[in-house]
Amino acid sequence: MAFVPPARHLLRARDLADARYFEPLTVDDLARAAGLSPAHFSREFRRAFGETPHQYLLTRRLERAAALLRTTDRSVADICLSVGLQSVGSFTTSFGRMFGLSPTAYRAAHPPAAAYAVIPSCVTRVYGRPVHRTFREDSRATPS
Amino acid sequence: MIKIANSQLWVHDQDEALAFYTEKLGWEVRVDATVPELGNFRWLTVGPATQPEFAVVLMAIPGAPVLDDETAEQIRTLMGKGFAGTVFLTTDDCEASYEELRARGVEFTEEPTDRPYGVDAGFRDPSGNALRLTQVKDLAQFATA
Repeated sequence: MAFVPPARHLLRARDLADARYFEPLTVDDLARAAGLSPAHFSREFRRAFGETPHQYLLTRRLERAAALLRTTDRSVADICLSVGLQSVGSFTTSFGRMFGLSPTAYRAAHPPAAAYAVIPSCVTRVYGRPVHRTFREDSRATPS
Repeated sequence: MIKIANSQLWVHDQDEALAFYTEKLGWEVRVDATVPELGNFRWLTVGPATQPEFAVVLMAIPGAPVLDDETAEQIRTLMGKGFAGTVFLTTDDCEASYEELRARGVEFTEEPTDRPYGVDAGFRDPSGNALRLTQVKDLAQFATA
């Protein structure tokens, strides 16, 4: 049996975030999927992918929410809950911070993108995820 | 006319990859040749029985003198992170293929989802390579888009 690259275990955790973002998933759950302690996992994940697992999970949820805003007429509160986030208030705040528009303004600015229909959904998901931003301008802000 | 014959995928373990692509995905082995005079290089190709003219090469990451340790490690890391390649597959019935593969123990990263271009699901091979499984709707409508 050949040596499995350590990154493969981290990818397993990231895949879990991509597949189960709509559940009340936490970083601890992701750490378990990678077989690492939460603290060690967060460090290793950040080293491998350049962002913390918390940031990845949050931006995956926001990416999915943005897709639902573009392609459905469901309410903001409904979309918030259906991507695994509990608080509509913090959803709206995070969404505005990362997309630069409130959820409703974002929806209005993006009419259904039938023109992009030919692009595979995996591409939409990978390229649609927003860059994580904190309130602080400092890009070296300590990640949560 | 120029056509595609083989396309290469890095794998961390050829035996494990072979088991996955044959037993789980249901493909056939095309060539499995180990060449002693090439340092036991193993040319291993697999493909779907319905498409005999195309195969995927399951390529082990070589050491020196083909690749220096640092380069080999970079490839191993990229592969483990899932950035070393993607194979796009099509099926007549995404939901049925999904159930079939799942029953054989394939872990999906994306369940079948209805998309404008078809129904689409995603999974990985044991090395971390991404595979898409798409039931394509009439692509002609996009041809001139």
